[in-house]
Amino acid sequence: MVTSALTDARTAAEAVVDPEMPMLTLADLGVLRGVETAADGTVVVTLTPTYSGCPALDEMRHDLRRALHEAGHERVEVRTTFSPPWSTDWISDAGRRKLAEAGVAPPDRLGPRPAGGPVPLTLHAPSRVVACPQCGAADTEETSRFGPTACTALRRCRSCGEPFEHVKEI
Amino acid sequence: MHSHDETDDENVYDALATADDDGRWAFGTGFDAGTAEIDAPVPDGVDRDDLATYCLMLADDALVASQRLSGWTTKAPELEEEVALANIALDLLGQARVLLARAGHLGAAEPYRGERSDGKGGCAGPQDDEDVLAYFRDDRAFRNVTLVETDLGDFAQTVAWLLVLASWRLALLRRLTGSRDPVLAAVAGKAVKELTYHRDYAAQWVLRLGDGTALSHARMQAGLEAVWPFVEELFTAHAVERRLVDAGVAVDPTELRWEVDAVLDQVLPAATLTRPERPAVGLVGGRGGRDGVHTEALGLVLAVMQSLARAHPEATW
Repeated sequence: MVTSALTDARTAAEAVVDPEMPMLTLADLGVLRGVETAADGTVVVTLTPTYSGCPALDEMRHDLRRALHEAGHERVEVRTTFSPPWSTDWISDAGRRKLAEAGVAPPDRLGPRPAGGPVPLTLHAPSRVVACPQCGAADTEETSRFGPTACTALRRCRSCGEPFEHVKEI
Repeated sequence: MHSHDETDDENVYDALATADDDGRWAFGTGFDAGTAEIDAPVPDGVDRDDLATYCLMLADDALVASQRLSGWTTKAPELEEEVALANIALDLLGQARVLLARAGHLGAAEPYRGERSDGKGGCAGPQDDEDVLAYFRDDRAFRNVTLVETDLGDFAQTVAWLLVLASWRLALLRRLTGSRDPVLAAVAGKAVKELTYHRDYAAQWVLRLGDGTALSHARMQAGLEAVWPFVEELFTAHAVERRLVDAGVAVDPTELRWEVDAVLDQVLPAATLTRPERPAVGLVGGRGGRDGVHTEALGLVLAVMQSLARAHPEATW
């Protein structure tokens, strides 16, 4: 009984979509850190922001509370945690596929980052290949490192001419 | 005709706010409630007031820099640069919010709370510590370094300012990931990735303008010269910082100089720019921004940032 309520709460929380990239659920984006039930039956959801100043965090909390209320959970608490920091590596394979299908280039997987020592500065544009999500061509260029949301950069395909967003790696 | 029913004429915003029982203060949305790290206990052997002050220092650096950068919105030379500067401002604001919430959790907001005018108790205006600290402190209570409050001048000066600021803050927060305070460590862990993007952005522009036309080179050099007098203060340790370094919580700013210099030594020659030789300003009798001693520029920044919230402290929507 308790287990099924928890499973049900998890399903409801995982289905909530990101307010800025609605092709992704919060589970796809990798910002849901946990869904638990407390002893008194309160559903406790733990979220982590993508960027420190992500303005969507408040909307995510609101949407999670509403989705869980609609699924019959009266007492809901949404907690936030900053550690460990979110990375684009947390975006699921399903999430990457959905981004590409929506015309947004998914991020590369960065893997474990070297620890310690100064962060190196590269003065020439990174040579990373970001394929065009429309035509698949590799010949694309960055038009702006910063885009309409904190997570995205703007790029343009030199082959088909289409501009597109790229979820930039952090 | 029926008499004036006061519920009909009540402020419609009040009705909206009570409809879902989720009225928001008009000038901010706090997140200090329910954030795992912010409620963490003060590490053993660490003075609570010192920790609160240190959180304010790092928060105010980011908050005031964010406010300065957002002054470019609607005025940047290209739409892409406007979006970039606004994004950088937003990242810094996010860093500031967590640090202000932590400072508030440690008691820093209490002197600035007021009573509600309608006698219902609680505080006038924002409930959240971060908002009380951002909007209801005067300039003498801000602990930011002088650099962040300076007028940003033209775009060249702005990217010179950002190169110095992002390089310094990146060096600082990279070390802070090892802090014994879990909030400082967590904020730093996220911020390092953001600041790396900010520094890249500034370095690319310094390079392009410095190694560009005669005019862009001259303006880039002038921008660098304008920023330079405020650099020395970044490497000056305050007594609070020194005590917290000993406690394993803070970073000693005097250790950051070589790392910032290494970045400037990489960027400036590549951009054909000359390292300025200008006397330092920003400290008065050894006291500076970390002591609450500021230039008049901070008052102007705060007037823009705070005046609306102070005029309507109880506004909700």
